[in-house]
Amino acid sequence: MFKRPLLLIGLAAVPALFAGAASAQDLTIYSGRGESFVAPVIEMFEKESGKDVEVRYGGTAELATLLKEEGANTPADLFWAQDGGALGATADLFEALPAELSAGENPQFKNADNKWVGTSARARVLVYSTERAPKDQLPDSVLKLTDPAWKGKVGWAPANGSFQAFVTALRVKEGEEAAKAWVDGMVANGAKTYPNNVALVQAIADGEIDVALVNNYYLNRFLQRDSKFPVAMTFFKNGDIGNLLNVAGVGVLKTSDAKETAQDFAEFLLTPAVQQYFTSAGNEYPVIEGVIPNPSLASVADIKAAAPEVPLDQLSDLEGTLNLLRSANLL
Amino acid sequence: MALAYDPRRPPLVLLVPALAAGAGMLVPLGYLVTRALEGTGASAAELILRARTLELLGNTLALVACVLALSTLIALPLALLVTRTDVAPRRAISILCVLPLAIPGYVMAYALIGLSGYYGFLNAAFGVTLPRLQGLFGATLALSLYVFPYIFLNLRSALLGMDPSLVEAARSLGRSPWRTFRDVTLPHLMPALLSGWLVVGLYVIGDFGAVALMRYEVFSYAIYNQYAGAFDRVYAAWLSLILVALTVSILLAEGLLARRRRYARTGTGVARAAGAFRLGRWRPLAYAFLGLVFAASIGLPLAVILYWMSFGGEAIDWSRIAAAAARTAATAAPAAALATLLALPVALLSARFSSRPIWFLERLAYFGYAVPPLPFALAMVFFALSTLPALYQTLPLLVLAYGLSFLALAVGPARAALLQAGGRMEEAARSLGRSGAAAFVAVTLPTISRSLVAGFLLVFILVVKELPIAALLAPTGWTTLSMNVFSRTVEGQLFEAAPYALITVLFSSLFVGLILSHEGRRR
Repeated sequence: MFKRPLLLIGLAAVPALFAGAASAQDLTIYSGRGESFVAPVIEMFEKESGKDVEVRYGGTAELATLLKEEGANTPADLFWAQDGGALGATADLFEALPAELSAGENPQFKNADNKWVGTSARARVLVYSTERAPKDQLPDSVLKLTDPAWKGKVGWAPANGSFQAFVTALRVKEGEEAAKAWVDGMVANGAKTYPNNVALVQAIADGEIDVALVNNYYLNRFLQRDSKFPVAMTFFKNGDIGNLLNVAGVGVLKTSDAKETAQDFAEFLLTPAVQQYFTSAGNEYPVIEGVIPNPSLASVADIKAAAPEVPLDQLSDLEGTLNLLRSANLL
Repeated sequence: MALAYDPRRPPLVLLVPALAAGAGMLVPLGYLVTRALEGTGASAAELILRARTLELLGNTLALVACVLALSTLIALPLALLVTRTDVAPRRAISILCVLPLAIPGYVMAYALIGLSGYYGFLNAAFGVTLPRLQGLFGATLALSLYVFPYIFLNLRSALLGMDPSLVEAARSLGRSPWRTFRDVTLPHLMPALLSGWLVVGLYVIGDFGAVALMRYEVFSYAIYNQYAGAFDRVYAAWLSLILVALTVSILLAEGLLARRRRYARTGTGVARAAGAFRLGRWRPLAYAFLGLVFAASIGLPLAVILYWMSFGGEAIDWSRIAAAAARTAATAAPAAALATLLALPVALLSARFSSRPIWFLERLAYFGYAVPPLPFALAMVFFALSTLPALYQTLPLLVLAYGLSFLALAVGPARAALLQAGGRMEEAARSLGRSGAAAFVAVTLPTISRSLVAGFLLVFILVVKELPIAALLAPTGWTTLSMNVFSRTVEGQLFEAAPYALITVLFSSLFVGLILSHEGRRR
């Protein structure tokens, strides 16, 4: 192979020439949700519609920023975000969806102007170690985690989109000063930073922390594999801001050249079969009626009772939340 | 005798591609600056001038220092054992010392993480739940265990090239072996050590995967967090510029330090190979050290990957993994080809046409290598979006970014080979009536082809392992092996990450093997 190196090296460059040919997909999705969860749904859609779908995975905030930066040049047709706040912040990039698309959906879970629709609901919860944090000693409000009793025992994920949505809700509901006092109090109380929710749940099992603030669906993934996993979850008292109810949802981009396929995909996500998958396999809550509940989750009525009253459309001021987290040196 | 070419007037056919490569390095960085300046002055100053930035700087420097110390502690004894003692089998040990290069930092971090914790290898095998390795300690371990070969290779060649009569003279004048080592051998190793430290230091500053998995907050990790988690890119651009300034000052400092030293034989005597020190009763200790190093750097990652592969659950979808491997190869091959093809004119210019602008052009290639990958990729994103949106998120842009980023690695060997080959033979060919280009192709090209292939292989292997550039610039859906390992490990899916990690390691060890056998033939 060393006799004609330049020939070989030249040949190696050939694949790049054909790169353009490979990118002829029917629908491009930017997904702020993880591949392990999204990929099976995409496959179902590809099979059913015969369309070819490409997905770019990333953080929800990362992709929202990318969409703004790319503007009209974006290859994306549809944005699937894991937080209603980020959808609100990018709503001006979205084309309004036909109202009948989400006719059966609870208005709490979608944008009033139909710019985006929620596709699944999730609640913020407290996960705790069954070995080191007995249930009767857990605080009844997220605001009490700044108590000295919890010093060095709490984990959180400040870079995570769902956590940031919670902080935005805290600012909206309790005011800027209370929110800042809570964040600073948590830092002073030695809250440990982790990159994401999975790492938080894992860290409790590994003995690094005793409790953590996460979304409701992460723990079940561990419990389904290992019923003896030493972690459990609970809500704070009803109406506490720590029980924020949020959605993952989709919006179709104005600049898309495949709006119809993108709408078909949004519609597909709201069909009973996919909603059943979201709740049975994904441990989230359905946004339409008539889905068999996941027995390991609290009922939809329970989470609605537990949740504080904060309309998701008010959670779009991510910038303010990021500034708050930056001023606490968390970002 | 008149030269066949005018050394003051380089031909356009060389200048144009070399200038294009140089512009390719600088233009995107210009966009980084524009982007940073977009922020309002007050808010930018507020973002930069805070304790956080200082903390990141301190963490970055601490990590560099710790990794340099630990990897030198591993590499120096290894190099001495291989070159100065009767340890055997020497060739096999040398190869094992270089093999860890095939294991990317994020895989090493993955292995160390997979060792501890509730589901960890240690809990399963011995019932011990260790806290997860992380922070400075974890990152130092993960990085040192696979960058030490860079230092080992430099030290080995310095030790092999050193004149043994110096040591013999010192010993005959009554110095103890230890003092001889300290006063004679060690100073002679300094240039090699410095250049090894430069490579490793730049690497550590640029590394993103291992520090992110070890959750140690250094500059590159913070840049990524800003990129992934924040709604504006101004702070990310500023952090990137600070990081670039850091690497450039390290580059300059190394240049100054290296220039002040000179260690060459001045006499014309014959340099002999050094006599081998008999290990004798130290033999068990030497083998214990070798065993520990190889177990940690090669055995551990393989064992942990295989452990997670065997760990219950779903069947492994090999077709997806094969597709990711194919995409990785289809990125690495053209990128390595581009780097090699651009390296040829740059190397030719710098070897044959010495002038200040050309020296600057060659330095630019090294500068491109020194710019940490994350800022480089970020600059490319800004550049493509504002100037060439058609190129944005395409394979050609990804290949271009890799080609420019790793250009220096292909220039180095090509330039050395050109200097060795000289120009006489080519001149002879031209005097016999061949045209300039034909003479070059017929005479010089065959003699430097080995070096070109070596450069190609080196770039290929680094692209296979590379993570941050791929993460930012890969076309939608174009996930490489490294992206798959990283995204799954971050999500705690160690089982799902295992087959991708295994294929990455096998893939790059294959190419490390190719390079080693290539080296072997040259000897």
